Order: sequence, then C-alpha cells, then structure tokens
Amino acid sequence: MALAPAIGAGLRRALEDDERVVIMGEDLGRLGGVFRVTDGLQKDFGERRVIDTPLAESGIIGTAFGMALRGKRPVCEIQFDGFVYPAFDQIVTQVAKIHNRTRGLVRMPLTIRIPFGGGIGAVEHHSESPEAYFAHTAGIRVVSPATPSDGYWMTRQAIAAPDPVIVFEPKRRYWEKAPVDFSTPPPEPLGGARLTDLGNGDAAATIVTYGALVSTAVEAAETAAPECGVEIIDLRSLSPIDFDTIEASVRRTGRLVVAHEAPVFMGLGAEIAARITERCFYRLEAPVTRVGGFHTPYPAARAESHYVPGVDRILDALDQVLAQ
Amino acid sequence: MPTSGVLEPDAGSATAPALRDRLDDILDDHHALLGLYRDLAVLRRIDEQCLAMARQGALALWAPIAGQEAVLVGAARAAERHDHLFISYREALMAALRGVPPEQVLPMWRGSALGGWDPDEYGITNPAIIVGAHGLHAAGYAMAAALDGSQDRAIAFFGDGATSQGDLNEALNFAATTTAPVVFFCTNNQFAISVPVAQQTAVQPAQRAHGFGIPSLRVDGNDVLAVLAATRTATAHVRAGGGPYFVEAVTYRLGPHTTNDDPTRYRSAAELEAWRARDPVERMRRFLADSGLLTDADADEVRNAADDAAQRYRTACAELPEPDAAGIFEHVYAAPHPLIDEERRAYADYLASLGGAATPAGPAGPSTGKEVPR
Ligand SMILES: Cc1ncc(C[n+]2csc(CCOP(=O)(O)OP(=O)(O)O)c2C)c(N)n1
Repeated sequence: MALAPAIGAGLRRALEDDERVVIMGEDLGRLGGVFRVTDGLQKDFGERRVIDTPLAESGIIGTAFGMALRGKRPVCEIQFDGFVYPAFDQIVTQVAKIHNRTRGLVRMPLTIRIPFGGGIGAVEHHSESPEAYFAHTAGIRVVSPATPSDGYWMTRQAIAAPDPVIVFEPKRRYWEKAPVDFSTPPPEPLGGARLTDLGNGDAAATIVTYGALVSTAVEAAETAAPECGVEIIDLRSLSPIDFDTIEASVRRTGRLVVAHEAPVFMGLGAEIAARITERCFYRLEAPVTRVGGFHTPYPAARAESHYVPGVDRILDALDQVLAQ
Repeated sequence: MPTSGVLEPDAGSATAPALRDRLDDILDDHHALLGLYRDLAVLRRIDEQCLAMARQGALALWAPIAGQEAVLVGAARAAERHDHLFISYREALMAALRGVPPEQVLPMWRGSALGGWDPDEYGITNPAIIVGAHGLHAAGYAMAAALDGSQDRAIAFFGDGATSQGDLNEALNFAATTTAPVVFFCTNNQFAISVPVAQQTAVQPAQRAHGFGIPSLRVDGNDVLAVLAATRTATAHVRAGGGPYFVEAVTYRLGPHTTNDDPTRYRSAAELEAWRARDPVERMRRFLADSGLLTDADADEVRNAADDAAQRYRTACAELPEPDAAGIFEHVYAAPHPLIDEERRAYADYLASLGGAATPAGPAGPSTGKEVPR
C-alpha cells in the first residue's frame, strides 16, 4: 500500500474507533483532499464528522481548538506546507500553550496534518519544510512518517495522543508503496527514532534524516556500501527527538551526517549536531556534517533539484565525514 | 441583491439602467465593442494554449479561466493605467491585457522563476498564491496613495473562497475605516476548488461588504459590458473619496481549478452545461452579430489576433531559459549577506567536484531590484 492511502486508512480507523474524532480542512470531503488522502471518508462518515471547511487556515485551527475544548478530537488538514502560516498564530499562541496555561487542567488532543517538502514540481508556497518553526515551540509534538506503515500507525498514535501533534507528511512519497501490517504496531513509540539496519556489517558513519529523505539516504548508503557501511536513523519524531538512538549509533560509527530538506541554517540539524557533539565529543572522528536546503526561498520548480538534497549531496557529505 | 447585467438578461441577471449609463461612450463605438470581443477571444485562445502546454508538460501548472474571460476583460479595461491591480493566480492573464509579454507571464507557470514582471512598469502585481493576502496589500497601497494625495487607486481581485480568509476581512475593515481608495473585486465562480460558495459564506459575498460599511454591487460576470460598467462605478466611487467599494461578479469556472484538479468529483455535468450556455465569449459575439456589428472581416481579424497571441505564448514558452543553480542565490537580500555568499561558494565547489561547470559564481553584489540576473 502507498503512503497516502495508508494515512487515509489510519484516519478511517480513528473515525471508527472513537466517535469524538472529527476531520476538518479544505476540500477533504467531497474531493477527498487534493492528494486524495481522505478519499471516501466523508461518504462513509458524513459531513458532520468529515468537514469541508471554509478557506481559512486560522479558522480551521482556531475552531478545532474550540471543538477540542468541548471534548472532540479534531484532525485538521492544512492543504500545503506554505499555507500553514495564516494558522501559525493559533498553533503557537493557543494550541501549544493551553495545557500549560491551565496548569494541566485542559488537554489539547489536536492533530494537524501537513503535506510538506518539495520535489513535485509545484509553484511557490507548495514545497516548503516549515517544521523547525514548530519544533521550536514548546507544547506541540512534531512527527513525520516516512513509510506507509508509519503513515498508518503514526496517524493513529497522533490522534490518540493527549497533546497536540503536527504530522508532516512527505508528499513526494505519497504514492510509494511498501507493505503495511495493520495488526501489529511498530515497536517504536510516537517519539522514537528507528535505526535501519542495512546489513552492511560494521558501519563507519550514521545518517540521521526523516520524511522524504529517508529513502534518498538509503539509496546513498547502498551506493556507498562497498566502501563503507552506513547506519540510517529515521528520526520519525522531530519534537521530541530521540537522541538516545542517535547517540548509540554515533558511539558505534564515530561519524554523523544529518540530512533534511529544510534550510540548514537554524534547522533541526543544528540542534542534533550540538547535542550529539555534547554527548559524543570524544567518540566523534569528524565534525557532524549537515546537508539540506539553502538560506534562500525554495526555488522555482525547474531549479529545485539544486535545492533538495539528492543522493549525490548525501554521498558528498559522507565523503567529508569519512575523509577526517 | 439582484445580479445586474447589460447584455440580454437571462436567469440570474437584470438590465440595470445605471450600468448602461456608464457605457455611453462604448455602446455607440463599434471599435470599442469589437475591442472587447477581441480581448475575450484572445484570452480564450491563450487560456486554451496554456492548458494544452500544461497537459504536455511544458507548463508545470495552469489555472484555467475559461468561462471567466468577461471578468478579466471588463475589469482590466475599466481600470485606468495608474490604477494598481493586485491579482491572484486566476487573473494571471489580466497581465497580458496590461501589456506584460508572454515571456514574463509564463515563467511562474513553467516553474522557471517565482515571479515575472516589474509590477511598477505595468501597474499589476505578480500573482498572489496565498489566498487573500493581497487584499491587505491593496488596502495598504490605497492608504498610501491617499496619504500622497494622489488620484491612484488599487483594485484587488480575489475569489469567493478568499472572502473566508482573515486577511481579506481585515483588509475590508482597514479600507473602510481609513476610507482608502480601493476596489475589492470578488470573482464568484461558485467554487473554491471543490467547496461551493454556499459553504464558504452564508450570504452573498457582495452583501458581506455592507457589514464593513462598504457599498457593493453584484454583477453578471459573464457579461463583459456589465463587468466593465460595474468596475467603472466602483472606481469612480473610490476616486471621488467615497472610500472602498466592493464588486461581486457572478460567473462560473468551466474548466478544472488547475490542471491538477478533477472537477467531476464535485459538480454535475448538467450544471456545467447550464453555464456553458452563458459562455461570455459567445454571448458577446452574438450581441455584436445580432446588432450587425460583426462583419466577416471583423470575425477573421479577431480569429487571427487570437491565433497569433496563442502562438506567441507557445513560442515564448519554448524559448524560456532554464534556471540554473546560480539563480537560487540571487536577490535573496538587497544588501550583501555573508551566509548567502558562503552557501553559494560551497555549492559551486560541490558542483565543480562533480566535474561539471561550477555555475554559482562569486558574490553577486548588492541587488538594485532592477538589475538583470547574472
Ligand atoms: C492560504 C491558502 N490556503 C489554501 C490555498 C490552496 N488553494 C489554492 S486556490 C484555492 C481555492 C481558491 O478559491 P477562490 O478564492 O474562490 O478562487 P478561485 O480559485 O475560484 O479563483 C485553495 C484552497 C492557498 N493557495 N492559500
């Protein structure tokens, strides 16, 4: 099954299991969402639980906040990454803070799904990676499934979580298929990273990444394999970050590359590099190296291959950490 | 509110004498009437051409305007040169009516650049993709024009869906409370992607303006003369110091939302056919023909103009330069910026290490906002 329908299956299951769950956003009912993730849900659960909202992101999150105060478990869809900003205020000033402001009396079990990242040849505001803005804000969890199985299970876990969760879905991978075991959840909890054992024997470097770049990193590792084994960590959760899993890997390999599509400057890679340097200073054989987007606006579609890190740029970063 | 029209009344429209009075100079002018028809036909052909180019992969995306030509033509032709037009993606071809050449209209759609033309040169902004954002920009532009004591006005074009955005509502309020000379022009084409207008707003968009203290007019958006007259009414009102004005043009998008959309999921063939019968291009043609104002020579001339325009779009698209890596680092800041310089150099080194030519050259220097990209 592909990622998009797997997420849809997770939403369907959540609607079935818990009548408090409502799904809301632009074009997700009748149309089934512009990526068809919610295809068929309105038909089966009705317009009162699968709500086509007016075209207003602040309105979507703000009313979902109010619904949650009345005991609903809203799952909001923001149509594209670049359209979350009108809702930014509601998310960071209201959703993220209500639990703390009420000294724990109010819970905000709100889920916000955002297709993110580039590589689909879109016009501006449709290819961004705004996750660092949200990871920087206390009170919200930020996760990103990279596989259909995680798409299914993390959607369910996010909706079940007692805190607000933003799910960044790698839209470029929506139609890539992999098996999904619907009966057994993956061993990692919502906040946990996953180490991918590529069976390369002793690994000489670790790559930490998430979202659409996980499969790019796997491809890079396979290319590098004859000369160098690589451990790949799919972060899965961007806030919190499972530093223990990263640390354990870096203690084995001594070298770390962090790859993400978001701009490198002030990005998640900076946080990971700093923490891992603190934790593993004497084990590191080379400075932690980051690969990612530039400090520029996401470029026009026909130049995006220069911006989005591909296999070659990840291999280049591997070369750099291995050269030391 | 009734929907006012000028061309032959039909289900939703009524002839409004006030609108006709705005057209005295045009209704007797064969040349002007033919010009409007030519505009409609040219936009129709360019739109068809762009849709075809998108289907063939030459454009990354296209937002068709078929069915809405009368809105673009009527409003653009009513505006004066110094009126600044704030547009969204659906009004991209309004830029063509303002003289923006195809090679500056197309890059955004082809995916070779994020923008295209100099807004000051043509008095029209590059299209806003964030729905509703430019309503505030238009209000601010108009506030500034008023501060300057100038006669310039702003016109903001947006869809029915956009009226749901906070930004647009804030724009209406800013404009009303400052009596800014701005026209809010809502094209109600019945849908915001898949969501019908009734799910967007519980009253007609034109009625919503009243709550802000803004007068409004609801007009048949498939009637180019009605749109032209309504826009003239609105611009005259704001120019006379009456504060903002709101126009709702009622029309229908005959095609998909964009080339990524499947409209059969949210609307019926019967509805589509009903609106096809009100096709704005055909309606104007019939009006001219019935009035004996469309000779065979005129019809040929219009057809040729449309074919030429479409051909210019196809040629311009084929000739658009491919963007290179160097361009990514240009014009991010107007003043030099060390981080950009560092990243540009590092990426050039990386490209060079792959054996290819290192395209991102050394610091571009301060950007003037007008300089030609290196
Ligand atoms: C802030 C924002 N949210 C969502 C979108 C995605 N989107 C693009 S067009 C559109 C519908 C717009 O409808 P309307 O305002 O009626 O204009 P129309 O397309 O009908 O001309 C949507 C939801 C966007 N571009 N910007």
